[in-house]
Amino acid sequence: MSTPMVDVHGVHKSYGSLEVLRGVDLKVQPGEVTVIIGPSGSGKSTLLRSINHLEKIDRGYVAIDGEFVGYRRSGDRLYELRERDILRRRTQIGFVFQNFHLFPHLTVRENVTEAPVSAQGRPRDEVEALTTELLEQVGLSGKADAYPRQLSGGQQQRVAIARALALRPKVVLFDEPTSALDPELVGEVLEVMQALARGGTTMIVVTHEIGFAREVADTVVFMDAGQIVEHGPPGQVLDRPGHDRTRAFLSKVL
Amino acid sequence: MSAPAVLEETAAESAGSLTVVKARHPGRWIAGVVVAVLLAMAVNALVTNPAWDWPVVGAYLFHPSVLHAVLFTVELTALGIVLGFLLGTVLALMRLSRVPLLASAAWGYVWLFRSVPLILQLLFWYNLAALYKQISFGVPFGPAFFSVDSMDLIGPVTAAALGLALHQAAYAAEIVRGGFLSVDPGQLEAAAALGIPRARQIFRIQLPQAMRSIVPAAGNEIIGLVKGTSVVYIMALPELFYQVQVIYNRNGRVIAMLLVAAIWYLVLTTVLSGVQHYVERRFGRGLARALSPTPAQRVRRILSVRRAARRQRPAWGGGERR
Ligand SMILES: Nc1ncnc2c1ncn2[C@@H]1O[C@H](COP(=O)(O)OP(=O)(O)OP(=O)(O)O)[C@@H](O)[C@H]1O
Ligand SMILES: [Mg+2]
Repeated sequence: MSTPMVDVHGVHKSYGSLEVLRGVDLKVQPGEVTVIIGPSGSGKSTLLRSINHLEKIDRGYVAIDGEFVGYRRSGDRLYELRERDILRRRTQIGFVFQNFHLFPHLTVRENVTEAPVSAQGRPRDEVEALTTELLEQVGLSGKADAYPRQLSGGQQQRVAIARALALRPKVVLFDEPTSALDPELVGEVLEVMQALARGGTTMIVVTHEIGFAREVADTVVFMDAGQIVEHGPPGQVLDRPGHDRTRAFLSKVL
Repeated sequence: MSAPAVLEETAAESAGSLTVVKARHPGRWIAGVVVAVLLAMAVNALVTNPAWDWPVVGAYLFHPSVLHAVLFTVELTALGIVLGFLLGTVLALMRLSRVPLLASAAWGYVWLFRSVPLILQLLFWYNLAALYKQISFGVPFGPAFFSVDSMDLIGPVTAAALGLALHQAAYAAEIVRGGFLSVDPGQLEAAAALGIPRARQIFRIQLPQAMRSIVPAAGNEIIGLVKGTSVVYIMALPELFYQVQVIYNRNGRVIAMLLVAAIWYLVLTTVLSGVQHYVERRFGRGLARALSPTPAQRVRRILSVRRAARRQRPAWGGGERR
């Protein structure tokens, strides 16, 4: 098999004495959509944040397309990178937050163009053209000059998705992208994500939307207490789970 | 009373043709009249009592020596604020940095310069020349590379500007730090997740949002400093307050000259308040759904409402105006 796009290997992470990730292994192939489900506090957000090095891990490694995010390998040693280099590597990973975290003082267009220009040093013309294209893709062509506070939650989250895509990332991570939305706005965001998946974007999605997992995911991962309990195609994990813990969780959310 | 029932019936059929009668507020009227009478009494006392010496006020308000003093006050304020906030921003960033030594140095600075009264600091800088005859640059306790006479370096004007700026920096540092702390940490996290370089995170993402709480506090500081510059009169510098003292010591018109100074301080702070309003609007962009009106817009709106009221339009027809 080719190098996986995302390779999480033996990752451990503790906050003080609380061990939040206890040896997580996860591989995501290019173009694949992986959905992570699991009870609150099981470490899903921590895992996503470890993948793009927003959290430093204690043991194990994370590689994106064969390259470590926070470290440089030389022989059998890993050297921690300086913040500047970590920031540069991070632009290969898009991140969509539960609460959008758009920059409120910048217009929609400025939100999207900021990082490609300042972090990746790409020419402004190219980025502006891409922004127009991306805003169209998420159905917000008319809102380029609006400020985030003037948009609905669903529109804000779609801007956040466009902002992540503008980096042309190798993988996009979604941490409960629809959990802060009113029920009637969830659909519009999931539709955009489904279109992305069809277009071949590699994605890791933490969500409680089991319907989305069933329809869009190539792999569903069930996490509990800092470990991956089981993973496989949605039909298997969601309909014929092999573990009692998965079954107990699914009976609560379905 | 049956009025609500009647209103309900007719509202359903032809709301647009109804005339709205505004609620009456007799209490407001009485309070308004009382205040107006008091104001008239105050104006009368100010204008008719010869002790106020208005002709002398008029003669000196634009007197060249007074205008020079006003200009010097403005310069001192500008120097104090600009240098103070530049140094203050550096101190705030040091305080928020992850380097413990930088953070404690900034803390120490703020502690020291906020604790010692301004007037004492000014006298201290003024007399520094006496304390250190020479200021030399070199290795601490070791050889000096070059040295200058401190009298040349710190004249009274420099001492005053330096004293005001260093003192102001301590307060500015806390204001700027507070501004940064008021920004949602999620903003920094999003910027980091996007890989935006550290300096850009601070100046493009955090600072503009921090400005929303920095500007009102900074406005206070600037207005405080306009008046605060009057303490440098102890160094016999020709700022506004010192200058009017010089004049009334000569001509004996104390009240009139104090009025001249008061009028100028009023003018300066009024201008600054106006500027502050526009700066706040500038940094409020995108942070509120609609911008608050500028004073000019507010005046225009009041006038247009008056005009509309004269034409007796029913309020329901005024839907185009917010
Ligand atoms: N910065 C932190 N300091 C200490 N503990 C933390 C920190 N962040 C997370 N935790 C703890 O780590 C555990 C896992 O948190 P995490 O946010 O990864 O869970 P999650 O699976 O995303 O849950 P949810 O579905 O509620 O979002 C929780 O017990 C949480 O309290
Ligand atoms: Mg979470």
